[in-house]
Amino acid sequence: MTAVIHASDLTKVFGSSTAVDHVSFDVRKGEIFGFLGPNGAGKTTTTRMLTGVIPPDAGTATILGHDIRSEPVLAKQGFGVVPETSNAYTDLTAWQNLMLMGELYGLKRARAERRSSDLLGMVGLLERKDQKVQAYSKGMKQRLILSMALIHEPELLFLDEPTSGLDVQSTQMILSLLRDLNRQGTTIFLTTHNMEEANRLCHRVGIIRSGMLVAIDAPEKLKTAIDRVHRIEVSFDREVSGDTLAGIAGVSGVNRTGDKWQITAENRDTAIRSLVAFGKQNGAAIVSLNTLAPSLDEAFLRLTQEEKS
Amino acid sequence: MNPTGFFEQVQRAWAIAKKDIRIYYFKGPVLIFGVFMPVFLFLAFFMGSRQLPLSFLISGLIGMTLFFTATAVSPAIFPWEGAAKTLERLASCPITVEAIVMGDMIASILFGIGITVVTVIIGMALGLFLLHGITLLSAIFLAACCFSAIGMLLAVPPTNVPSNIMMLSSLIKFPLVFISGIFVPLEQMPAWGLALSVCSPLTYFTDLVRYSFTDAHYFPVWIDIAALAVFTLVFTVGTMYLHKRTMPQRM
Repeated sequence: MTAVIHASDLTKVFGSSTAVDHVSFDVRKGEIFGFLGPNGAGKTTTTRMLTGVIPPDAGTATILGHDIRSEPVLAKQGFGVVPETSNAYTDLTAWQNLMLMGELYGLKRARAERRSSDLLGMVGLLERKDQKVQAYSKGMKQRLILSMALIHEPELLFLDEPTSGLDVQSTQMILSLLRDLNRQGTTIFLTTHNMEEANRLCHRVGIIRSGMLVAIDAPEKLKTAIDRVHRIEVSFDREVSGDTLAGIAGVSGVNRTGDKWQITAENRDTAIRSLVAFGKQNGAAIVSLNTLAPSLDEAFLRLTQEEKS
Repeated sequence: MNPTGFFEQVQRAWAIAKKDIRIYYFKGPVLIFGVFMPVFLFLAFFMGSRQLPLSFLISGLIGMTLFFTATAVSPAIFPWEGAAKTLERLASCPITVEAIVMGDMIASILFGIGITVVTVIIGMALGLFLLHGITLLSAIFLAACCFSAIGMLLAVPPTNVPSNIMMLSSLIKFPLVFISGIFVPLEQMPAWGLALSVCSPLTYFTDLVRYSFTDAHYFPVWIDIAALAVFTLVFTVGTMYLHKRTMPQRM
């Protein structure tokens, strides 16, 4: 797959502190890439460098085949940005904001008007298009910002904490829009604190800690990669002995929790096969069997706290 | 469409100018520093200088009006937009810093020209006769470009507090008014005052306005125009260069 974003050794220093330290990664065409990290880890600084808002002190970023420093206008023409803080012009109406964006992206007036109507309709703001943005709620502003970022039908969309502090309705609307956009081919670069959001939305996530990229992979792979020992929870329809369970192939540890057994195993597949065979041989039917993978939250915490421990 | 093309960027600069006109023309500090300040300054001077001819006073008022109005809008925009984070939006759009500066300058130029034309009409209604209309129009246009570039230069320090820039702007603008032949004719200035006045672009504009209404001038007309043109070029190139350097520090 082609890389839509190619970041190589991106570095940003503020005074004596290195906000982003030689960060390198690729975002492939058509994927939703989540950029996760605790507060102050360097997510927003990285996004600002990628979008050409601030220049990197070292390293390069190529966006849609254009170097963001040497060809900023060409690179910016191909993407839209939804920043962390709503930054529509509050003294203008939603319609005027969209028309301004249309002109800044070089759209013909008729196309800008058509797109604005469609987008405002899509985010539920068409009826309030002539109202000044200062009267909008936070959720409405965020939906407007998303519309402004989409006015020129960009191939790539950057979103910095797009649902932070929003009500459930606005959050769901934005997430659903992002899924639809991605289905239509838009590549999405998303920074978020919300692990559940990243887990459900992203094809791959990168985790940044103290300015350094510590992991990059699909959410499921990241979750399993942090635990070398896997946990399986199993219950049978009759009493079985813990010692017998501990002796079967692939099982390295057994622990009773209520009416269930929690099994630890180095190879999940071998352990599950052995448990099924054990049930058959001993006439004990399996009532429930769950693999207890760590959540993305746990993966995130583990990866971002390794430095402290 | 080539987004990096000159005409494409000029169109985008015009979009910035339209936005500025909608948002900033009626902001309090712009009206106070750009309209009320020169009017009250003129009235105070008018009350205390009844012996000076009307043509001198009105020429001074026109000079002061254009200077204050054209430098009122441009210094305020960058700090305001920096504080509201809208500058970050512009920085992520496919428009160069030069085009953003040009857009802000266009808004400032139009504000200056619009209010100055009203002042010219008032002067003519009071009985002044316009002798050199084309010279006056050219001078107003050129000086509006020059003063708006000065306004943009005043906004170069990367602060996002508009009042800081407005204070700095007043600190620089008022001395310029006093050394530019608005209140004291250049002929009556001491040698040191004259030496200072040649450094002020406002001097050349005021001289051209006097010439347009009275046929009298201190410097040759071509010197006035050439000086304004050089100041405009230097300030415009300078402000674009400096804003490109300081803009990331506002984010």
